Amino acid sequence: MVNSTGHMSAIQVDKLVRDFDDFRAVDEISFEVHESEIFGFLGPNGAGKTTTINVLCTLLRPTGGFAWVNGFDVSKQQSEVRNSIGLIFQDPSLDEELTAFENMRFHAMLYDIPRGEFDRRSDELMEMVDLTDKAHDQVRTFSGGMKRRLEIARGLLHRPRVLFLDEPTLGLDPQTRRHIWQYLHRLREQREVTMFMTTHYMDEAENCSRIAIIDHGQIVAIDTPANLKERVGGDIITLRTSDNTLAGIRLTEAHGIEARIGPEGQLIVEIDSGDQFIPKIIETFSNGTKPIEVQSVSLRQPTLEDVFIKLTGHAIREEQADAKDRMRQRGRLFGRMRR
Amino acid sequence: MHHLKTFYTIWLRDIIRFSRNRGRIIASMATPLLFLFVFGAGLGPAMSPMAGGNLSFEQFMFPGIIAMTVLFTAVFAAVSIVWDREFGFLKEVMVAPVSRRAVALGKVAGGSTLAMLQGLLILILAPLLGISVTLEQAVYLLLLMLLLAAVMSALGILVAARQRSTEGFHVIMNFIMLPMLFLSGAFFPLTGVPVWMEALANVNPVSYGVDPMRQVALRGSVPEIFLDAMRLHPIAIDVAVMFAFGVAFLVPAIWLFSKQD
Repeated sequence: MVNSTGHMSAIQVDKLVRDFDDFRAVDEISFEVHESEIFGFLGPNGAGKTTTINVLCTLLRPTGGFAWVNGFDVSKQQSEVRNSIGLIFQDPSLDEELTAFENMRFHAMLYDIPRGEFDRRSDELMEMVDLTDKAHDQVRTFSGGMKRRLEIARGLLHRPRVLFLDEPTLGLDPQTRRHIWQYLHRLREQREVTMFMTTHYMDEAENCSRIAIIDHGQIVAIDTPANLKERVGGDIITLRTSDNTLAGIRLTEAHGIEARIGPEGQLIVEIDSGDQFIPKIIETFSNGTKPIEVQSVSLRQPTLEDVFIKLTGHAIREEQADAKDRMRQRGRLFGRMRR
Repeated sequence: MHHLKTFYTIWLRDIIRFSRNRGRIIASMATPLLFLFVFGAGLGPAMSPMAGGNLSFEQFMFPGIIAMTVLFTAVFAAVSIVWDREFGFLKEVMVAPVSRRAVALGKVAGGSTLAMLQGLLILILAPLLGISVTLEQAVYLLLLMLLLAAVMSALGILVAARQRSTEGFHVIMNFIMLPMLFLSGAFFPLTGVPVWMEALANVNPVSYGVDPMRQVALRGSVPEIFLDAMRLHPIAIDVAVMFAFGVAFLVPAIWLFSKQD
């Protein structure tokens, strides 16, 4: 599907709505994903990221609006959509009692890939994710990172044009997360696959070509990570003082800047050339009838976290455990008992 | 053609998993055997002699214990789809370009096969209880197990098809499985029970599984006349009613399972 700007678009979404009873999980979102880009959905748990993915991969019906994946309508051409996409789920969907090879083989059976073709592709993909020598081990002996790699290989077996990744590195340690990203970047170089991913890790979103920031079912911004960070403007100075509220007022009086109070009560100032501004702040605080004591100062470049706070007015919050989290926990217990 | 392959894939997965987990096979034999030997030893002496003293309480319960094994294995295998769909391999199946009807049928076939195999493992113990089973009897018993298992798998899928969390498992257990088991004739004869119990037993699919299993399993071990006295329905009726229950569970189960949210 060619859009107005002449780009090929892998995914096109127009005023998409999805309700659960009287809760609106996705609220009239529209966006477009270009071919072979990595497009990220960044937002807290419960913002509507997974619901959007589930609609796009035909697991959920849209309540309103339209969505096309690879030019196929997700409401009307479900088989075509399913054939042309791959999915890496938030929760592993491997059969742990089967071997890595068997998991691949079953996938090939479901996608009707001929035996000879399967052998060739499987060898190639297992090599790409460095699991060739583990092919005949049961998946339950695998580490979290190995399971993810196997899922990526499996998801690519039927040559999808769009790969959906729902929180692909959730629950993995930082080193493994970096590793997974190396594989994903390699994949993008080697074959022309469009990737649509969701995450609530800010640093992970940096890997994307473009990001949509989503909160309460709505998209608040879509842009490249660099452009989004420019919206914050300049540097971020974080201060802790003996009286943060008073310090904020004094800064506004003396320099005309609006400082805000961060989630831990710290004072946050966004300003260009922050390194030169710090001495001025300290001078302002030490003057006057009631000096303010500065306990700590830090200066940094804006991150996507700052962008998120600026656009939504709150930090990416940790949600309380929902029914699914409880199930997940029980599952871990259950899994241990079974072994 | 692809439907058949889907069906086979889902079935094969259950079989491979079953064969790989010996610990679970043994563990799921524990409960039925506990019922058989503890109830047998504890209640047996308190019972008035059965079949003119030709039948011990253990022997009486044995076909019921097989049915119980089949019932539990089949329902649990089917209900596991709730878990599997959220956190397991079935999730991957649900986004594959395959027919969900074929998936549901494959799941029924897989669960039934497992339940039959598990029932067979109990059947092998027959000689220990002084029950002689010929090859012909064994084949008939396996077919009856398979039929009961298919009915119960279909019921399991029907219950699980719309569930999104495992939190309802205890409800299913207490309000469906145990009453069905207790009112099936597995542990006591349903001849001469109060009218209300007879009425409930008559709408209980499991009672139509236990009845023919007992007839087939004990033939040759108990004189014909006593066997006839224990019979609730002719075997053909039992089988026909089980088929009817099977279809009545399977059709809505497949429909619910295939429905997109």
